[in-house]
Amino acid sequence: MAYNLNINGEQKSFDVDEDMPLLWVIRDVAGLTGTKFGCGLAQCGACTVHVDGVPTRSCQLQVSDAEGSTITTIEGVTGKVAETVQKVWADLDVPQCGYCQSGQVMAAVALLNETPKPTDEDINDALSGNLCRCATYQRIRAGIHEAAKRLEA
Amino acid sequence: MLNKIIPELNPAKIATSRRGFLLGASAVAGGLMVGMRAAPASAASDTAVEPANPLAGYIHIAPDNSVTILSSQFDMGQGPYHGLATLVVEELGADWSQIDVKGAAGNTKLYGNILWGGAVQGTGGSTSIATSFDRYRQAGAAAREMLIAAAADTWSVPASQVSVSGGKLTDTSGNSATFGDMAAKAAAMALPTEVKLKDPADWTQIGNEKLRRFDSAAKANGTHDFTIDVKLDGLLTAVVAHPPKFGAKVKSFDAAEALKVRGVTDVVEIPRGIAVVGEHMWAAIKGREALTVEWDEAQAETRGSAEIMAEYKAKAGEAQQATARTEGDAAAALSSAAKVIEATYEFPYLAHAAMEPLNAVARRNADGTLEVWGGHQIPDVYQGISAKIAGVKPEQVTMHVMKTGGGFGRRAVADGDVVAEAVSVARAIDYKAPVKVQWTREDDMRGGRYRPAYVHSFKAGLDKDNNLVAWHNHIVGQSIVSGTPFEGLIKDGVDGTSVEGASNIPYGIQNINVGLTTTDVKVPVLWWRAVGSTHTAYAVESFLDEVIAEIGADPYAYRMELLKDHPRHAAVLKLAADKAGWTTPAPEGRFRGLAVHESFSSVVAHIAEISMDNGTPIVHKVTVAVDCGIAVNPDTIKAQMEGGTGFGLGSILAEELTLVNGEVEQGNYDTYTPLRIDAMPQVDVHIVPSANKPTGVGEPGVPSIGPAVANAIAAAGGRRIRVLPMSKSMGT
Ligand code: FES
Ligand code: FES
Repeated sequence: MAYNLNINGEQKSFDVDEDMPLLWVIRDVAGLTGTKFGCGLAQCGACTVHVDGVPTRSCQLQVSDAEGSTITTIEGVTGKVAETVQKVWADLDVPQCGYCQSGQVMAAVALLNETPKPTDEDINDALSGNLCRCATYQRIRAGIHEAAKRLEA
Repeated sequence: MLNKIIPELNPAKIATSRRGFLLGASAVAGGLMVGMRAAPASAASDTAVEPANPLAGYIHIAPDNSVTILSSQFDMGQGPYHGLATLVVEELGADWSQIDVKGAAGNTKLYGNILWGGAVQGTGGSTSIATSFDRYRQAGAAAREMLIAAAADTWSVPASQVSVSGGKLTDTSGNSATFGDMAAKAAAMALPTEVKLKDPADWTQIGNEKLRRFDSAAKANGTHDFTIDVKLDGLLTAVVAHPPKFGAKVKSFDAAEALKVRGVTDVVEIPRGIAVVGEHMWAAIKGREALTVEWDEAQAETRGSAEIMAEYKAKAGEAQQATARTEGDAAAALSSAAKVIEATYEFPYLAHAAMEPLNAVARRNADGTLEVWGGHQIPDVYQGISAKIAGVKPEQVTMHVMKTGGGFGRRAVADGDVVAEAVSVARAIDYKAPVKVQWTREDDMRGGRYRPAYVHSFKAGLDKDNNLVAWHNHIVGQSIVSGTPFEGLIKDGVDGTSVEGASNIPYGIQNINVGLTTTDVKVPVLWWRAVGSTHTAYAVESFLDEVIAEIGADPYAYRMELLKDHPRHAAVLKLAADKAGWTTPAPEGRFRGLAVHESFSSVVAHIAEISMDNGTPIVHKVTVAVDCGIAVNPDTIKAQMEGGTGFGLGSILAEELTLVNGEVEQGNYDTYTPLRIDAMPQVDVHIVPSANKPTGVGEPGVPSIGPAVANAIAAAGGRRIRVLPMSKSMGT
């Protein structure tokens, strides 16, 4: 069965089984490997993409349910908030191995879109689902606050 | 850790090693001491020592002016790529915009780990900067000399008139060229016989706090490639059905249903299980779900972790098998002590649980050569293993060392597990396509190679004046190196990885006895970030705190007293205490605990400030002091201390890998639970200024946070937590 997906502004048809998680369509069929696999069980957030602007675990969304939505991956995320977050991530050297960071960035961008001046509590709520085994959390937190500050200026 | 092991490897046991794999340490060290001269190819045949061309082996300068540094060290996030680049940029005079770093392999004499005697290329024991400090600075300096020589020759000016800065060559008469312009000519210039390294006073890169990692931007925009992202024409993906119990084997399997799954191309048996190969990961996963395998469990480990622990506890009360350290007469001192304090500590199995589940990619080319991509932490060993499986010579195998999503020790395995699987699957499908073996989270969690479970029993003796005069520590648990090619390391029945951090306690106690009883369990175990120190630091520093409480002394002041002969430890502890304000009272409702520990030649102290919430600790603030010699990349050191603190904190709070009837209970991050952002404290890191050679930071940030938190809980009037993880016995 073929599914029409809008990924990063491009409409494409994917001939895959209906139960294939969006994660594997994105990575193994569309070849967009910036989105990572960490758990396959909604436990780590490495696979976070935006579906109609909402941060979503792509390992949990089957392709048949993604039709008709606008999907944005780390490769396609643009705009002032995304650029600021990514710039801050480099300025503060947030990543260690970097494996979780596509998901962290997607989650941080979604948070700042919703809540331009998040508190520590807001950050905990929005990012507790994004595991970082390198424990870069202190810099993730600092990075979100710094991005908020730069975006306000 | 490995730095202690590798030089003692028993050559005869490494059947799969490449020729010349094991070198005498002295030959290598001697070779490197003459600057750019590389080690001889083997200790036996050290004829002429060929100088290594830095522009061939360590630094590649392309005509487009890009500078690629070939790293001997594997980057799993701890930052050696940036560290090595810093050393080269410092001496070469390159501009950071030119720089990229790639993993290198296949030439032990260039890339062998000097801290391991140069015998094998590898990353571990927090040695990356230590092994590279001279080597990569010398490479950078020699390359600079060669670029200068090329420019001088081209412009017909004396070399003394050519200068280098920001990736450009200029002379006093107005000539100028990029590195790229001169690269080809420079590579053919005579190698400098001697190079002069910069005076530390002139360093602009080394020790520069403002320097940022060159690879952070790529990690924030998804373009940093990991093994899971390797793209090759026709690449297939395989998942492997492993035995549910350690030591079990395949009896029979039925692939019929699996082969019906859309996208599944092959189902093949390999030595480690049954591989289901598909066009993509989802096909392989679904294929494996449809597969039927019968296992032969005759040789399998069938005990659960509770039984294993009970056995360890019983053994801890019996006589120790071997003695790791003895000073004075602890037994006599204990029997004549005015007071004896006793305690037993229990540590569970732990999983590495790196975010990128294990994987590797193998391809055989038309000319019979093999290429293997992966997180090759010990590429020379994996090259030998791959060659043996594929039936080719080691030099026909190219190892592509990828960056990985974490590692924490899991990718340094003597049998090459996932690497061997990738080559085995490629072979089993007749090399018809390149294949990636990708473990799922559950495969990774249940794949063994855990931090071993341990029990520590302690006895401390106080004399009638309340002085600590006797210390006895008996450790019970599995050996990491036993049954592996590294087992030559076991000396007089003691595996150093079981006792490190306990046998070398720095405290001035007259009578010390540290003993070990090694157990026989078939659960595969491995080094886990900070290895022995992951349990010894907790046990020693918690128990010492108990003793100090019994004495009624201040935990800081008493330790300082015991550290009189160890000024380095004392200085680190003092820096942490000063920065945390130890001598001033903690804020209302807050409590502090501290610990200090040496691992991998670095010394780290942690001071944790906590509050208690319904019997559960909340860690608010952590002060870290570290002495790791010269701080090459201060910000990376801070990052490693922050991350190590979070990693260590998560493990003592709530990580535990348990088995029931030989089967691992946890499969994913819902049941095996590393630290999340809401539990991450503020971590302030302070580096002790030092002019000593750099030591490691990848692991030493882990050990002392646990006991610091445990001691803070006790300070808050809570219980001594002697069974980990804390979640087992606390509010949650
Ligand atoms: S891979 Fe989707 S949440 Fe972990
Ligand atoms: S940076 Fe390594 S898992 Fe987050």
